[in-house]
Amino acid sequence: MRLTRLQKILWAAAGLATLAYGLLVLLPNRASEAVPQAAFRPTFTLPDAEGRVRTPAEFAGQHLLVFFGFTNCPDVCPTTLSEVAQVMDDLGDDAALVQPLFISIDPERDRRLGLAEFTAAFHPSIIGLAGDEAQTRAAADSFRIFYAREGDAAAPDGYTMSHSPALYLIGPEGDWLRQFTYGTPATDILADLQPRL
Amino acid sequence: MKSLILSALLTLSAAPVLACETFTLGDLNIEHAWSRATIGADRPGVFYVEITNNGSTDDALIGIATPAAGMPMLHETVVTDGIASMPHAMSIPVPAGQTVELAPGGYHGMLMGLTTTLAEGDSFPVTLSFQNAGEVVVNVEVLSLRAEGPDCDDAN
Repeated sequence: MRLTRLQKILWAAAGLATLAYGLLVLLPNRASEAVPQAAFRPTFTLPDAEGRVRTPAEFAGQHLLVFFGFTNCPDVCPTTLSEVAQVMDDLGDDAALVQPLFISIDPERDRRLGLAEFTAAFHPSIIGLAGDEAQTRAAADSFRIFYAREGDAAAPDGYTMSHSPALYLIGPEGDWLRQFTYGTPATDILADLQPRL
Repeated sequence: MKSLILSALLTLSAAPVLACETFTLGDLNIEHAWSRATIGADRPGVFYVEITNNGSTDDALIGIATPAAGMPMLHETVVTDGIASMPHAMSIPVPAGQTVELAPGGYHGMLMGLTTTLAEGDSFPVTLSFQNAGEVVVNVEVLSLRAEGPDCDDAN
């Protein structure tokens, strides 16, 4: 009788331990799997080239193509913005339903070099946004993207930027829909985008 | 017949494209040298090229020089764990029997300190220095800001 009771306690303890272990193992896994699917609404409050503050609210009803970069970037940024420009051209009449945004992660220098002339050189529809340090960091954190200033004596002004080079698609209600990894051809982006419009 | 007309058309359209010129230095074939138009001269320009080593000895591109820029350097765009950075490339290997591309998203020449705006249709010389083969000057064609590469009939 006492043994049986002990056994019960042991079984209960084993059961609890299994349950606790299961929770420990499964919960973080489920959480990490759920992250890419989880609907979240990244946000930003950033001035455009004319100093007018823009937020996602004014783009309600439109899809947003968001890219974080810097205008002093010779390789990655022109490549991605060229693809965005091609997508906008190929959308034809549907182009009004999509707003491309270029968010500067090097805002001070980009303002000095000229933000509007940079975005316009790729496509007139692209809006360039460049805030202050805090606004930029807040936008990047909200999109869960990385950027950092890297000291480099040989680079222009002694530094360069490393950053997440993907293109982000935000839905008409502000929901993060997906990312297009760096190098996704314009035709693939267009094919994904068109059925959504 | 159709394909003949098509290839004739392609040849015609490709004929004036400078970036399709091929340069030879020993066993090295150098082609598709191009750059992107810049907005002003304050931002760095870029230099792309394709190098084929037809020989049996490995070589390496160890430097570039051009009158178009005060400080041209070799860089590589590296995307690690979703972060793009652009470390210097001390040298770019050109192994025997292989083709190495300096192309968007990978190796590229970064032209810092541009002496002038690079406008579409312009061209400028770049001297390529190789570890073994020595030096060669190639003509670089400036394509549009939105170009992804030269449109050569032999491009694949």
